[in-house]
Amino acid sequence: MSWSEDVFKVLDNHEVATIATVPDAGLTGVLNLCENSETKKVVTLTTEEEGVGLMQGLWLGKQRGALLMQSSGVGNCINALSVVASTRTPCAMLITMRGQWGEFNPWQVPMGHATQPVMEAMGVYCYSVEQADQIAETFDAACGLAFNGGYATAVLIHQRALGTKVF
Amino acid sequence: MDQQVKISVDEQGRLRRRPLVADLVSKRDDALLVTGLGGATYDVAAAGDSDKNFYFWGGMGLTAMTGLGVAIAQPDRRVVVITGDGDMMMGIGSLATIASAAPSNLAILVLDNERFGETGEQIGLSAGCTDMALMAKGAGFETTATLSTEEEIGSLPGLLYKTPGPVFVVAKVAPGNDERVLPSTDGAYLTRRFRDAL
Repeated sequence: MSWSEDVFKVLDNHEVATIATVPDAGLTGVLNLCENSETKKVVTLTTEEEGVGLMQGLWLGKQRGALLMQSSGVGNCINALSVVASTRTPCAMLITMRGQWGEFNPWQVPMGHATQPVMEAMGVYCYSVEQADQIAETFDAACGLAFNGGYATAVLIHQRALGTKVF
Repeated sequence: MDQQVKISVDEQGRLRRRPLVADLVSKRDDALLVTGLGGATYDVAAAGDSDKNFYFWGGMGLTAMTGLGVAIAQPDRRVVVITGDGDMMMGIGSLATIASAAPSNLAILVLDNERFGETGEQIGLSAGCTDMALMAKGAGFETTATLSTEEEIGSLPGLLYKTPGPVFVVAKVAPGNDERVLPSTDGAYLTRRFRDAL
Protein backbone atom coordinates (compact mmCIF):
# COMPACT_ATOMS: atom_id res chain seq x y z
CA MET A 1 0.00 0.00 0.00
CA SER A 2 1.52 3.25 -1.09
CA TRP A 3 0.23 5.35 1.81
CA SER A 4 2.31 3.18 4.15
CA GLU A 5 5.45 4.04 2.22
CA ASP A 6 4.55 7.71 2.27
CA VAL A 7 3.94 7.62 6.03
CA PHE A 8 7.30 5.90 6.49
CA LYS A 9 8.92 8.76 4.57
CA VAL A 10 7.16 11.26 6.83
CA LEU A 11 8.59 9.46 9.88
CA ASP A 12 12.02 9.64 8.28
CA ASN A 13 11.70 13.31 7.42
CA HIS A 14 10.78 14.13 11.01
CA GLU A 15 13.71 12.03 12.29
CA VAL A 16 11.47 9.70 14.24
CA ALA A 17 13.74 6.95 15.55
CA THR A 18 11.45 4.90 17.80
CA ILE A 19 7.95 3.65 17.00
CA ALA A 20 5.73 2.43 19.83
CA THR A 21 2.76 0.27 18.96
CA VAL A 22 0.07 -2.17 19.80
CA PRO A 23 -0.39 -3.28 16.19
CA ASP A 24 -3.47 -3.07 14.00
CA ALA A 25 -4.12 -4.65 10.62
CA GLY A 26 -4.24 -1.27 8.92
CA LEU A 27 -0.81 -0.35 10.28
CA THR A 28 0.91 -3.52 9.08
CA GLY A 29 2.51 -1.88 6.06
CA VAL A 30 4.06 1.00 8.03
CA LEU A 31 5.14 -1.27 10.88
CA ASN A 32 6.83 -3.73 8.51
CA LEU A 33 8.74 -0.89 6.86
CA CYS A 34 9.84 0.33 10.31
CA GLU A 35 10.82 -3.19 11.46
CA ASN A 36 12.96 -3.62 8.36
CA SER A 37 14.54 -0.19 8.64
CA GLU A 38 17.97 0.28 10.16
CA THR A 39 17.06 3.77 11.32
CA LYS A 40 14.04 2.82 13.41
CA LYS A 41 13.38 0.76 16.49
CA VAL A 42 9.91 -0.67 17.05
CA VAL A 43 8.79 -1.10 20.67
CA THR A 44 5.82 -3.43 21.01
CA LEU A 45 3.69 -2.43 24.00
CA THR A 46 1.56 -4.41 26.43
CA THR A 47 -1.03 -1.62 26.41
CA GLU A 48 -1.16 1.69 24.59
CA GLU A 49 -0.71 4.05 27.55
CA GLU A 50 2.81 2.70 27.91
CA GLY A 51 3.50 4.36 24.56
CA VAL A 52 2.66 7.79 25.96
CA GLY A 53 5.11 7.19 28.82
CA LEU A 54 7.67 6.11 26.26
CA MET A 55 7.16 9.31 24.22
CA GLN A 56 7.85 11.29 27.40
CA GLY A 57 11.09 9.41 28.00
CA LEU A 58 12.32 9.56 24.41
CA TRP A 59 11.80 13.32 24.36
CA LEU A 60 13.59 13.71 27.71
CA GLY A 61 16.49 11.82 26.10
CA LYS A 62 16.37 14.06 23.01
CA GLN A 63 14.98 11.49 20.63
CA ARG A 64 11.77 11.62 18.60
CA GLY A 65 9.15 8.90 18.74
CA ALA A 66 5.68 8.22 17.38
CA LEU A 67 2.79 6.12 18.69
CA LEU A 68 0.82 3.94 16.26
CA MET A 69 -2.34 2.19 17.44
CA GLN A 70 -5.94 1.24 16.82
CA SER A 71 -8.71 3.54 18.05
CA SER A 72 -9.71 1.16 20.84
CA GLY A 73 -6.26 1.77 22.34
CA VAL A 74 -7.00 5.46 22.69
CA GLY A 75 -9.25 4.69 25.64
CA ASN A 76 -6.31 3.13 27.43
CA CYS A 77 -4.29 6.34 27.02
CA ILE A 78 -6.54 8.93 28.64
CA ASN A 79 -4.77 9.56 31.95
CA ALA A 80 -1.35 9.00 30.37
CA LEU A 81 -2.05 11.93 28.04
CA SER A 82 -2.07 14.19 31.10
CA VAL A 83 1.68 13.60 31.37
CA VAL A 84 2.64 14.90 27.93
CA ALA A 85 0.12 17.74 28.32
CA SER A 86 1.71 18.78 31.62
CA THR A 87 5.26 18.63 30.25
CA ARG A 88 4.62 20.08 26.76
CA THR A 89 6.11 16.93 25.26
CA PRO A 90 5.47 16.11 21.59
CA CYS A 91 3.24 13.07 21.16
CA ALA A 92 2.56 12.28 17.50
CA MET A 93 -0.03 9.56 17.04
CA LEU A 94 -1.28 7.66 14.00
CA ILE A 95 -4.55 5.90 14.71
CA THR A 96 -6.51 3.45 12.59
CA MET A 97 -10.22 3.65 13.31
CA ARG A 98 -12.60 0.88 14.23
CA GLY A 99 -16.27 1.14 14.97
CA GLN A 100 -17.20 3.50 12.16
CA TRP A 101 -18.67 3.06 8.70
CA GLY A 102 -19.59 -0.55 8.04
CA GLU A 103 -18.09 -1.98 11.23
CA PHE A 104 -19.18 -5.58 11.56
CA ASN A 105 -18.34 -5.89 15.28
CA PRO A 106 -20.69 -3.86 17.48
CA TRP A 107 -18.29 -4.10 20.46
CA GLN A 108 -15.92 -1.81 18.54
CA VAL A 109 -18.51 0.91 18.09
CA PRO A 110 -18.59 2.61 21.54
CA MET A 111 -14.85 3.34 21.64
CA GLY A 112 -14.74 4.20 17.95
CA HIS A 113 -17.55 6.68 18.58
CA ALA A 114 -15.68 8.19 21.54
CA THR A 115 -12.13 8.23 20.15
CA GLN A 116 -11.98 11.80 18.89
CA PRO A 117 -14.03 13.37 21.74
CA VAL A 118 -11.92 11.81 24.49
CA MET A 119 -8.69 12.78 22.78
CA GLU A 120 -9.87 16.34 22.32
CA ALA A 121 -10.97 16.41 25.96
CA MET A 122 -7.35 15.59 26.85
CA GLY A 123 -6.01 18.40 24.68
CA VAL A 124 -4.96 16.35 21.66
CA TYR A 125 -5.27 18.05 18.26
CA CYS A 126 -7.06 15.55 16.02
CA TYR A 127 -7.17 15.31 12.24
CA SER A 128 -9.54 12.84 10.65
CA VAL A 129 -8.67 11.52 7.19
CA GLU A 130 -11.14 9.72 4.94
CA GLN A 131 -8.99 9.30 1.82
CA ALA A 132 -5.86 7.20 1.68
CA ASP A 133 -3.93 9.71 -0.42
CA GLN A 134 -4.33 12.33 2.31
CA ILE A 135 -2.96 10.24 5.19
CA ALA A 136 0.73 11.00 4.75
CA GLU A 137 0.37 14.75 4.16
CA THR A 138 -1.91 15.06 7.17
CA PHE A 139 0.47 13.04 9.35
CA ASP A 140 3.29 15.27 8.14
CA ALA A 141 1.40 18.31 9.40
CA ALA A 142 0.54 16.56 12.67
CA CYS A 143 4.20 15.64 13.27
CA GLY A 144 5.25 19.19 12.52
CA LEU A 145 2.80 20.59 15.06
CA ALA A 146 3.83 18.01 17.66
CA PHE A 147 7.59 18.40 17.36
CA ASN A 148 7.67 22.15 16.78
CA GLY A 149 4.97 23.08 19.27
CA GLY A 150 5.26 20.48 22.00
CA TYR A 151 1.72 19.20 21.48
CA ALA A 152 -0.05 15.88 21.36
CA THR A 153 -1.48 15.39 17.88
CA ALA A 154 -3.34 12.53 16.24
CA VAL A 155 -4.28 11.53 12.73
CA LEU A 156 -7.37 9.35 12.76
CA ILE A 157 -7.52 7.17 9.66
CA HIS A 158 -11.18 6.61 8.84
CA GLN A 159 -12.41 3.17 7.92
CA ARG A 160 -13.38 4.55 4.52
CA ALA A 161 -9.67 4.83 3.80
CA LEU A 162 -8.80 1.45 5.30
CA GLY A 163 -11.72 -0.69 4.29
CA THR A 164 -13.79 -2.38 6.96
CA LYS A 165 -12.74 -5.51 8.74
CA VAL A 166 -14.89 -8.47 7.74
CA PHE A 167 -14.79 -12.10 8.74
CA MET B 1 22.43 15.65 56.15
CA ASP B 2 25.65 13.63 56.46
CA GLN B 3 23.96 11.44 59.00
CA GLN B 4 21.24 10.68 56.50
CA VAL B 5 23.66 9.29 53.93
CA LYS B 6 23.80 6.02 55.76
CA ILE B 7 21.63 2.97 55.63
CA SER B 8 19.44 2.72 58.66
CA VAL B 9 16.60 0.55 59.87
CA ASP B 10 13.63 1.10 62.13
CA GLU B 11 13.05 -0.65 65.46
CA GLN B 12 11.74 -3.70 63.60
CA GLY B 13 14.80 -3.95 61.39
CA ARG B 14 13.00 -2.58 58.33
CA LEU B 15 14.93 -0.36 55.92
CA ARG B 16 14.22 3.36 56.13
CA ARG B 17 13.64 4.65 52.61
CA ARG B 18 14.82 8.24 52.98
CA PRO B 19 18.45 7.50 54.03
CA LEU B 20 18.56 4.58 51.62
CA VAL B 21 17.66 6.83 48.69
CA ALA B 22 20.03 9.56 49.90
CA ASP B 23 22.85 7.01 49.88
CA LEU B 24 21.96 5.81 46.38
CA VAL B 25 21.67 9.34 44.97
CA SER B 26 25.08 10.22 46.45
CA LYS B 27 26.56 7.39 44.37
CA ARG B 28 24.78 8.27 41.10
CA ASP B 29 27.78 9.67 39.27
CA ASP B 30 26.21 10.95 36.03
CA ALA B 31 23.23 8.60 36.07
CA LEU B 32 19.87 9.97 34.95
CA LEU B 33 17.05 9.46 37.47
CA VAL B 34 13.33 9.11 36.71
CA THR B 35 11.13 9.02 39.82
CA GLY B 36 7.59 7.81 40.39
CA LEU B 37 4.86 10.03 41.78
CA GLY B 38 4.55 10.33 45.56
CA GLY B 39 7.16 9.11 48.00
CA ALA B 40 9.83 8.22 45.46
CA THR B 41 9.78 11.74 44.01
CA TYR B 42 10.01 13.24 47.52
CA ASP B 43 12.83 10.88 48.54
CA VAL B 44 14.96 11.79 45.52
CA ALA B 45 14.20 15.51 45.88
CA ALA B 46 15.18 15.32 49.56
CA ALA B 47 18.54 13.89 48.52
CA GLY B 48 19.19 17.05 46.51
CA ASP B 49 17.59 18.46 43.38
CA SER B 50 19.37 17.95 40.06
CA ASP B 51 18.76 18.85 36.43
CA LYS B 52 19.30 15.16 35.73
CA ASN B 53 16.24 14.16 37.76
CA PHE B 54 12.85 13.85 36.13
CA TYR B 55 10.09 13.72 38.71
CA PHE B 56 6.63 12.34 38.00
CA TRP B 57 3.72 14.19 39.60
CA GLY B 58 1.01 12.19 37.84
CA GLY B 59 0.60 9.50 35.21
CA MET B 60 0.63 6.69 37.72
CA GLY B 61 1.97 3.50 36.19
CA LEU B 62 4.16 5.14 33.54
CA THR B 63 7.46 5.80 35.32
CA ALA B 64 9.20 2.64 34.17
CA MET B 65 8.16 3.25 30.56
CA THR B 66 9.51 6.79 30.65
CA GLY B 67 12.74 5.32 32.01
CA LEU B 68 12.78 2.99 29.02
CA GLY B 69 12.37 5.94 26.66
CA VAL B 70 15.30 7.80 28.21
CA ALA B 71 17.39 4.62 28.12
CA ILE B 72 16.67 4.07 24.40
CA ALA B 73 17.41 7.70 23.58
CA GLN B 74 20.58 7.87 25.68
CA PRO B 75 22.20 4.44 25.29
CA ASP B 76 25.56 5.59 26.68
CA ARG B 77 24.09 6.89 29.95
CA ARG B 78 22.93 4.87 32.93
CA VAL B 79 19.22 5.41 33.58
CA VAL B 80 17.69 4.50 36.94
CA VAL B 81 13.97 4.49 37.69
CA ILE B 82 13.12 4.91 41.37
CA THR B 83 9.46 4.37 42.10
CA GLY B 84 6.94 2.93 44.52
CA ASP B 85 5.07 -0.36 44.59
CA GLY B 86 1.72 1.19 43.64
CA ASP B 87 3.13 2.87 40.53
CA MET B 88 4.99 -0.27 39.48
CA MET B 89 2.00 -2.53 40.04
CA MET B 90 -0.22 -0.23 37.96
CA GLY B 91 2.24 -0.52 35.08
CA ILE B 92 3.27 -4.12 35.74
CA GLY B 93 2.63 -5.12 32.13
CA SER B 94 5.33 -2.67 31.07
CA LEU B 95 7.90 -5.11 32.50
CA ALA B 96 7.25 -7.32 29.46
CA THR B 97 7.68 -4.35 27.14
CA ILE B 98 10.93 -3.33 28.85
CA ALA B 99 12.40 -6.83 29.03
CA SER B 100 11.71 -7.31 25.32
CA ALA B 101 13.26 -3.95 24.44
CA ALA B 102 16.22 -5.10 26.59
CA PRO B 103 17.97 -1.81 27.39
CA SER B 104 21.39 -2.67 28.87
CA ASN B 105 21.59 0.76 30.56
CA LEU B 106 18.31 0.69 32.53
CA ALA B 107 17.71 -0.32 36.14
CA ILE B 108 14.43 -0.11 38.05
CA LEU B 109 14.25 0.19 41.84
CA VAL B 110 10.89 -0.27 43.53
CA LEU B 111 10.71 1.15 47.06
CA ASP B 112 8.13 -1.30 48.33
CA ASN B 113 6.43 -0.15 51.53
CA GLU B 114 3.39 -2.31 50.71
CA ARG B 115 1.20 0.76 51.11
CA PHE B 116 -0.53 3.47 49.09
CA GLY B 117 1.41 6.12 50.97
CA GLU B 118 -0.14 9.18 49.33
CA THR B 119 -3.72 8.28 50.05
CA GLY B 120 -3.71 7.11 53.64
CA GLU B 121 -1.43 4.10 53.93
CA GLN B 122 -3.94 1.62 52.58
CA ILE B 123 -2.42 -1.85 52.18
CA GLY B 124 -1.13 -2.54 48.66
CA LEU B 125 -1.07 -5.75 46.68
CA SER B 126 2.65 -6.34 47.22
CA ALA B 127 1.90 -6.83 50.93
CA GLY B 128 0.21 -10.11 50.07
CA CYS B 129 0.96 -12.99 47.77
CA THR B 130 2.25 -10.90 44.86
CA ASP B 131 6.00 -11.04 44.19
CA MET B 132 7.04 -8.25 41.84
CA ALA B 133 10.58 -9.51 41.33
CA LEU B 134 9.17 -12.87 40.26
CA MET B 135 6.84 -11.07 37.84
CA ALA B 136 9.86 -9.25 36.41
CA LYS B 137 11.67 -12.57 36.07
CA GLY B 138 8.69 -13.97 34.21
CA ALA B 139 8.60 -10.90 31.98
CA GLY B 140 12.15 -11.69 30.92
CA PHE B 141 14.41 -9.65 33.22
CA GLU B 142 17.61 -11.65 33.70
CA THR B 143 18.64 -9.75 36.83
CA THR B 144 16.03 -9.42 39.55
CA ALA B 145 16.28 -9.17 43.33
CA THR B 146 14.23 -8.52 46.43
CA LEU B 147 16.31 -6.93 49.20
CA SER B 148 14.97 -6.38 52.69
CA THR B 149 17.84 -6.34 55.21
CA GLU B 150 20.86 -4.16 55.89
CA GLU B 151 23.12 -6.98 54.75
CA GLU B 152 21.27 -7.56 51.49
CA ILE B 153 21.03 -3.88 50.62
CA GLY B 154 24.82 -3.63 50.25
CA SER B 155 24.50 -5.02 46.73
CA LEU B 156 22.03 -2.32 45.65
CA PRO B 157 24.39 0.39 44.30
CA GLY B 158 26.15 -2.17 42.12
CA LEU B 159 22.86 -3.51 40.81
CA LEU B 160 21.51 -0.06 39.99
CA TYR B 161 24.61 1.53 38.51
CA LYS B 162 26.88 -1.25 37.23
CA THR B 163 25.09 -4.52 36.45
CA PRO B 164 24.11 -4.84 32.77
CA GLY B 165 20.42 -4.06 32.39
CA PRO B 166 17.62 -4.32 32.34
CA VAL B 167 17.80 -4.78 36.13
CA PHE B 168 14.75 -4.97 38.42
CA VAL B 169 15.13 -4.64 42.19
CA VAL B 170 12.52 -4.49 44.92
CA ALA B 171 13.71 -2.94 48.19
CA LYS B 172 11.30 -3.73 51.01
CA VAL B 173 11.12 -0.55 53.11
CA ALA B 174 9.36 0.55 56.29
CA PRO B 175 5.93 2.17 55.91
CA GLY B 176 5.27 5.68 57.14
CA ASN B 177 5.56 9.05 55.44
CA ASP B 178 8.75 11.08 55.71
CA GLU B 179 8.68 14.84 55.43
CA ARG B 180 7.39 15.85 52.01
CA VAL B 181 10.19 17.51 50.09
CA LEU B 182 8.54 18.91 47.00
CA PRO B 183 10.46 19.62 43.80
CA SER B 184 9.02 21.83 41.08
CA THR B 185 5.63 20.71 39.77
CA ASP B 186 6.18 22.53 36.46
CA GLY B 187 6.39 19.64 34.03
CA ALA B 188 7.52 21.76 31.08
CA TYR B 189 10.35 23.19 33.18
CA LEU B 190 11.38 19.78 34.49
CA THR B 191 11.43 18.41 30.94
CA ARG B 192 13.35 21.29 29.41
CA ARG B 193 16.05 21.41 32.07
CA PHE B 194 16.57 17.64 31.85
CA ARG B 195 17.06 17.87 28.07
CA ASP B 196 19.37 20.85 28.46
CA ALA B 197 21.46 18.95 31.02
CA LEU B 198 22.30 16.19 28.52
